[in-house]
Amino acid sequence: MKSIEISPSQYVMVIDADRCTGCGACMVACAIENNVAPAHPDATDRTGVTWMKVVKVSSGNNGDGKPACYLPLPCQQCAAETPCVTVCPQNAVEVDQQTGIVFQMSQRCLGCRYCMAACPYHARYFNWWDPEWPEGMEQTLNPDVAPRMRGVVEKCNFCHGRYQAARASAAEHGQASSDPVTYEPACAQACPTRAIKFGTPANNEQGVGDLVHSSSAFRLLPRLGTEPRVYYLSKHKWIRQMAQMEKETSTGEEVHG
Amino acid sequence: MDSKFITRGLERTSLRNFSVWVLFWVVVLGFGLYGAYLCLAEGLNQTNMDNRFVFGLWIFLDLAIIAFGAGAFFTGLLLYILKRSEFTAVINSAVVIGLICYSGAVAVLAIDVGQPLRAWFTFWHPNAHSMLTEVTFCISCYLVVLAVEYMPILLKNRKLKERPSLLVFQHNLHKVIPVLAAIGVFLSFFHQGSLGGLYGVLKGRPFAFREGFGIWPSTFFLFVLSAAAIGPSFILLTTSLVSKISRKKLVKPEVLQSLGRISGWLLLAYVLFKSVDTLVWINRTSPSLLFSPYEYYNQESFGTWILFAEIVVFGLVPALMLLTRKIREHRGWLITAGLLACAGIAVNRFVMTIQTLALPTLPFDPFLSYIPSWQEIATFIAVIAYGVLLYSFSFRYLTLFPQERDLNSLTR
Repeated sequence: MKSIEISPSQYVMVIDADRCTGCGACMVACAIENNVAPAHPDATDRTGVTWMKVVKVSSGNNGDGKPACYLPLPCQQCAAETPCVTVCPQNAVEVDQQTGIVFQMSQRCLGCRYCMAACPYHARYFNWWDPEWPEGMEQTLNPDVAPRMRGVVEKCNFCHGRYQAARASAAEHGQASSDPVTYEPACAQACPTRAIKFGTPANNEQGVGDLVHSSSAFRLLPRLGTEPRVYYLSKHKWIRQMAQMEKETSTGEEVHG
Repeated sequence: MDSKFITRGLERTSLRNFSVWVLFWVVVLGFGLYGAYLCLAEGLNQTNMDNRFVFGLWIFLDLAIIAFGAGAFFTGLLLYILKRSEFTAVINSAVVIGLICYSGAVAVLAIDVGQPLRAWFTFWHPNAHSMLTEVTFCISCYLVVLAVEYMPILLKNRKLKERPSLLVFQHNLHKVIPVLAAIGVFLSFFHQGSLGGLYGVLKGRPFAFREGFGIWPSTFFLFVLSAAAIGPSFILLTTSLVSKISRKKLVKPEVLQSLGRISGWLLLAYVLFKSVDTLVWINRTSPSLLFSPYEYYNQESFGTWILFAEIVVFGLVPALMLLTRKIREHRGWLITAGLLACAGIAVNRFVMTIQTLALPTLPFDPFLSYIPSWQEIATFIAVIAYGVLLYSFSFRYLTLFPQERDLNSLTR
């Protein structure tokens, strides 16, 4: 597969599938950081809001002892032909050309869900219920992130609240606004095995600039031409082949965490 | 009692019978509106849609009834632009059917979106690259066109005609109807196409994605053609149904046969293009994205039978039936062919919406199923009840079929 040059000032996430234990700490950290409300009692794994979703994937080749792995699935922040951007009828999705981050403007979202139909990674979530926090728990809300209302779509934005805070801090220290700032999304910070790396190739934080070019790096469904900014690492050939649809077979999805 | 509102020379059932009929549909409408109210007040959690099955019964049926409603623009095209005057016999009914289909679909869409009060954002912040923007613009404009086209039919009511100012207004409106018909054809061409384009552009859904010409995927043209093909068939069916229920001859048989023949030719052209499109998709488009088309049909209930049903049983067969004079001249067979043709387009819209979302995209995705909730079904039943009521009132108090008086007086 042809490797894609990522603009060095744009953020990438590199997730080491071989290190992921499927503990779900990233999912919890993400929900807390981004003010995702506790799931409604009637919510299912198909109607909940999980910006970061860890799925268990098995090869389906070797009977009972078949190998399995966990893949954390945030929004893939597609760099090319971003499917959700072109379909939105009212420009509620846009790509920040400086950071490469795909933004969902929930304040402008009509809730038509066309973007969700367009997303091949199923990384977008609809608010089927009003967000409600148990009494007292609203005190724990993150003041840097606006909660979303019922009837709109939302998704991972590489912890935009943290990005803004990092920019403000960098500006205080005299850094030029065009320079990428260093920060870490909640999922990467919370991962106990450090399976999630994040940064810009320009700054090479946590070695992401090198990792995206390693022989074990791959992306999901590369033939769709969406050029995701989320990379995965695995030394296992079946995982790489499966993710790129160059597999024999694979089965089973199980949400974990 | 209400006879002074009924067009002279037309016989209508007694007011008592009509009231019972209306009451029944009002009750059905009330039930449906309750379901719709729940979806608006409580939210879309009342439906069985979810983050994967983001569209369901509503979008499928919206696409189908908008195709059925194409009879309004297509009959307008035949009558006002191609000067096929025999279709004067059905144009009024076609306009009412079109108005019902489009207004019903727009009403359901307003419930289907999570934040209906933000619908105007599409006009304020339009994304010119989105097929949905084009659909929103064209359908909104066309609904206005249909409403204006309905006005002269309404103003020809016996009682309303007594007011000179309304008569003059009606007369003036009538003069611009050909212009409105032309605008309607233009708008319909684009929104029917864009409805097809909605799915055809989704590269992230290789089952639906199609190559095309310029910015338009092939589904754009297939939807236009299929809607044009099915419009006359739907007019044929509704006219026959109304004739059966009212026990009146409404149009000369030749008019229905003519509609059937036009439908047949267009359907044949559609089946031809659809077959070519399917072959290109199976052999080139889908494999180029590394998706084997055969895997689409290995999933649960969606075998290759659905492709065969769509193209042959509900496509080629009714097309050939409608093109056979002897079958057209037999009322029962003509209606059967029309029904098969309409079912074929409904299957196509089902495949494009429901099957697309049911199929996995990521290699570890499961195949998903979806059953609509009672609230979703009720909301759509409300549209049917609304349609029956609007049509019933129009049929009783307006002149939907100009040939009716002569045909029934001859019988008497």
